[in-house]
Amino acid sequence: MLHIVNKSHYQSGALASCLRLARPGHALLLTEDGVLAAAKASAAASGVAAVLATLKVYVLQPDVEARGLAGRLIEGVGAVGYEGFVDLVAEQPTNQSWI
Amino acid sequence: MKKFMFVNRKAPYGTIYALESLEVVLITATFDQDVSLVFLDDGVYELVKGQDTKATGIKNHSKTYRALEGYDVEKLYVERESMAARGLGEDDLIVDVTVLSTAELADLMASQDVVLSF
Repeated sequence: MLHIVNKSHYQSGALASCLRLARPGHALLLTEDGVLAAAKASAAASGVAAVLATLKVYVLQPDVEARGLAGRLIEGVGAVGYEGFVDLVAEQPTNQSWI
Repeated sequence: MKKFMFVNRKAPYGTIYALESLEVVLITATFDQDVSLVFLDDGVYELVKGQDTKATGIKNHSKTYRALEGYDVEKLYVERESMAARGLGEDDLIVDVTVLSTAELADLMASQDVVLSF
């Protein structure tokens, strides 16, 4: 299953709810303001750092770059472009957008 | 037949999501699919008894949840943690639901063919 979060964890409980209900082996893609949760300064508080061991975590690179976060993310997070986004959706049996 | 899960995470009336979800649920049920509804986070407020929208001028759609049975939509689930965090119990809800732990709900969600978020 692919979980997609596009909201800042500072402003919304979407990521927290997602992490509560994601199962080991699932994938998490952070897009738009969701990418803020993978910043080095935020990853511990957002919960992203803790789930790297059990979830495959990706960020949408154009959204990372747009926010000046290139080079400022924690290690272990995969970067994908728009084509990679499509691949992730196609690879997973289901996906859930935590709007 | 596919398994469709509707995940409702928002309180009613503040946004249009709750009403839109109900409409899509009814459409999906018409196509004889396996439909389940989940209420978590503020979504549990969608099912609270005693909603009275008269003074706001907004249509009260909460009674529609009681009509779902007539469309063979009988799988309604609430996450225990979300309900407890809001001081609500099953007796506060307008319909009968199955209360699930976070782990049970996670498994159920992962077993769906399609998950739609509202």
